[in-house]
Amino acid sequence: MLNELQRPVHREVLLLRVNGEEHQVLVPVHATLLEVLREQLGLTGTKHGCELGECGTCTVLVDGRPQLSCLLLPVQLEGHEITTVEGLGSPAHLHPLQQAFLELGAVQCGYCTPGMLLAAKALLDRNPKPGRRQIEEALAGNLCRCTGYATIVDAVELAARRMGA
Amino acid sequence: MSTDGELEVVGRPLPRVDAVARVTGTARYADDLQLPRMLHARILRSPHPHARILSVDTAAARRIPGVKAVLTGMDLPIRYGIMPVSQDERALEFEKVRFVGDPVAAVAAVDEETAAAALDAIRVSYEPLQPVMSIEEALRDPVDEPIHDPALTRQRGNVHRLVSYEFGDVEAGFAAADHVREDLFFYQGNTHLPMEQHSALATYEDGRLTLWSSTQVVHYVHRALAKVLELPMHRIRVIGAAHGGGFGGKTDPFSHEIVVAKLAMVTGRPVRCTLTREEVFYAHRGRHPVLIWMRTGVTREGRITAMHVRTALDGGAYGSYGPATVFYTGTLQTVTYAIPAYKFEGVRLFTNKAPCGPKRGHGTPQGRFAIELHLEKIARELGLDPVELRRRNYVRPFTRAVNWLRVTSCGLEECTEKVLQASGYRGRPRRPGHGMGFAASAYMSGAGTPIYWNDMPHSEVQLKLDRTGVTAYCGAMDIGQGSDTVLATVVAEELGLRPADVRLVTADTDATPVDLGSYSSRVTFMAGNAALEAARRMRRLLVEAVAEATGVQGDLDEIEVREGRVGEVSFEQACQLATTRFGALSTSGSYRPPRIAGPFKGSGVGPSPAYSYTACVVDLDADARTGLIRVNKVWIAHDVGRAINPLAVKGQVEGSVYMALGEALMEEQVYRKGRHKWPSMLEYKSPTVLEMPEIETFLVETVDPEGPYGAKEAGQGPLLPVIPAINAAVFDALGIWIDETPITPEKVLRALDARARGQEARYGPRRFPDVDYGAPIRVDPPDPHDLRVGEELERAFAAAGR
Ligand code: FES
Ligand code: FES
Repeated sequence: MLNELQRPVHREVLLLRVNGEEHQVLVPVHATLLEVLREQLGLTGTKHGCELGECGTCTVLVDGRPQLSCLLLPVQLEGHEITTVEGLGSPAHLHPLQQAFLELGAVQCGYCTPGMLLAAKALLDRNPKPGRRQIEEALAGNLCRCTGYATIVDAVELAARRMGA
Repeated sequence: MSTDGELEVVGRPLPRVDAVARVTGTARYADDLQLPRMLHARILRSPHPHARILSVDTAAARRIPGVKAVLTGMDLPIRYGIMPVSQDERALEFEKVRFVGDPVAAVAAVDEETAAAALDAIRVSYEPLQPVMSIEEALRDPVDEPIHDPALTRQRGNVHRLVSYEFGDVEAGFAAADHVREDLFFYQGNTHLPMEQHSALATYEDGRLTLWSSTQVVHYVHRALAKVLELPMHRIRVIGAAHGGGFGGKTDPFSHEIVVAKLAMVTGRPVRCTLTREEVFYAHRGRHPVLIWMRTGVTREGRITAMHVRTALDGGAYGSYGPATVFYTGTLQTVTYAIPAYKFEGVRLFTNKAPCGPKRGHGTPQGRFAIELHLEKIARELGLDPVELRRRNYVRPFTRAVNWLRVTSCGLEECTEKVLQASGYRGRPRRPGHGMGFAASAYMSGAGTPIYWNDMPHSEVQLKLDRTGVTAYCGAMDIGQGSDTVLATVVAEELGLRPADVRLVTADTDATPVDLGSYSSRVTFMAGNAALEAARRMRRLLVEAVAEATGVQGDLDEIEVREGRVGEVSFEQACQLATTRFGALSTSGSYRPPRIAGPFKGSGVGPSPAYSYTACVVDLDADARTGLIRVNKVWIAHDVGRAINPLAVKGQVEGSVYMALGEALMEEQVYRKGRHKWPSMLEYKSPTVLEMPEIETFLVETVDPEGPYGAKEAGQGPLLPVIPAINAAVFDALGIWIDETPITPEKVLRALDARARGQEARYGPRRFPDVDYGAPIRVDPPDPHDLRVGEELERAFAAAGR
């Protein structure tokens, strides 16, 4: 019996730009961006809840737009700018969104948080003064089981206000 | 804390102590952990709901390059289970499988793909058996054979557990009633759906096993590993990784945790296993589907004279916490309403579905759903205000219920008043399709008795203080609810620090003393009390050292410990003085609930050192054309005793409301042809941000005499009233009763249709099956004002010959 591993796996060397840094990686062409970020680049801040494009947990930014990293193939991403939660802010310099999430209790288990933060950042970059409904629409693809969402929407509003000030 | 008892950090809405790690992506969850030479494990699961295993052939899998080990059930034959009375699971089954998803074999390989390919190469031959897929089927004689060996369950057919109690004289109670009503309800099963998929990583070095896991209870995993792997507990270390949400779903020990441990021992390499989302649906342990029959007698004024409740639980394939769950469907009714005579009969059945277990509210949402709607119907039948009827029956603080449960602080009245006032429920404007509903509830602040019998403390905290500061050690696991923050806050309060100044080591069985973990809403109350005791002892030592060094005479209690100072010196200096005087210091504190259980067999499920109380009002619009329901707003008031961190408590309340809305309106774990119908997040519908109504939360502080600073639970209770309040509001809006969950548009339309055809304006179960519950255990009710606990209570029992 020939199993699929005895077939040659096609791999490619790619140059990925993540959080402003260039990374040369050798990846199987079918590996997802989520896998490459987490397993090869050690960027475990990006989480996963389904790996099937259903929960939004794995959201990253590609050229500033929110994308599900579990559905993206790195082979398509050379020359694009990828941003993960590690590129958003650091413990010493929190992004206003991170600061607002922390202050308002928009983080409980924190597992949905990286995806929420990036979806929110994409929104604020596009629309610095979103209404509540616009925030909700921007976050509608990101599930959270802990918070009931209200504090998350509050936090995005607060961050928007502070960033506009 | 100042010497006059004024609180400095307790009661302040501070961010959680681990918030920075969680917003920057640096918190390390179990699947984020990698070790050198780590292998990846995958588990082969049964495609049949019920089948005998005839053979498992792993030869081809073992030959695949990159496969390092293959396990079958013969490698892990010892049974385990969370409850000592229900040791019925195996990490890998070799005799028979009991649900689609039951684990059969496991592989460790150099990467996940190789492991998955190896699973494909394992040949299992099965002899399918007739599956049992419903409560009714489980009550019939098995077609082929019972799901579990009756020699182990000591029950007939597919019955797992039976309970039957009569407290007081129920017949006399019904005879004294002016009005008696019966109702039937069905609460559908649903699942926790934590965003994090379960994950565990094991290493075996120098004869010692270390496991990192996404568990809610390191201690129970520790016990299960010791049993199944036949290792002494001191050679096993279990560490809780940063946690991505549990809600009860990660409280049992799981197959994958045992499997990675065994694979690490066999291969000598670290092994990690992360469940796929589909496997998370099979791991389940979620809400039991429950059929409920309820009969209540009331006086003309609406006072309850007697109540009789029957429940039948669809337990799924294994025991899990089921022996407790069956009790919880009935026991807590009496701590919300004063019921002078109460009969409760329950049965839990095995079916060939993913095993049910504890989900937020553990067994009580089903019973709560039923009693609240039942009382609502009684009130409307008698022409009484539904809120007023409940109020007339509310339990009073500091009383003992008919089934011996001791009630201490109780803010039901205050909670009710808050939500009525804020929502304008009483004078609500009437417009077509608009409705409001009210409900009330109670929940435990931790179980009063441990799940495995012992007399040891339920929680222990150690503090270490040296020249570098203070560290708290506790086995409690922060699952996102903020238990680490509570511990740090309590210690900080006593030592005059900020929570962020307290170093924490939690949920690590090598380093931390035992805490029974994050379930049953026990951590704030129990670990909080343990931390309080340890911190007060440490404070005493610090004060002594400072007084001695600075030559202060007289009453040591007069020395202020606050705002980073101990008397005249800074906290840092105080640490140095204390270390100079005593060497590195350690203190410990522990908490064991008072003995409060009544004098009868089975009295251990239900007692809690304190109950939280909640009341809520829901406002919604229901569309008679489409059957769609739009919840506009929820007002909820929760008696938390005292909010140690109001930000965290509010988060628990809002999260509970959210989860309740999902259960009430869309979430259901259903099966078709022996298989889970929707093991995916896309099709298992849960609320997104767009479905969320506005929530107005009120925290009521009754300051419980036994809680730390008066605190009680907040993580589960607020879920309970929301679900029946929604159904009551649907009746208010459309005049139809939906007597089961979830309220889908289809059910609404069917009830409307029934009404149009002149039938009962209702959708719900029609029949409660015949169950032989056996003769009840008859228990004399206590004196409601006898609040004795502990040895005093036991002496009283002995004197009365109980
Ligand atoms: S992991 Fe769920 S959408 Fe990508
Ligand atoms: S904070 Fe836990 S899933 Fe959102």
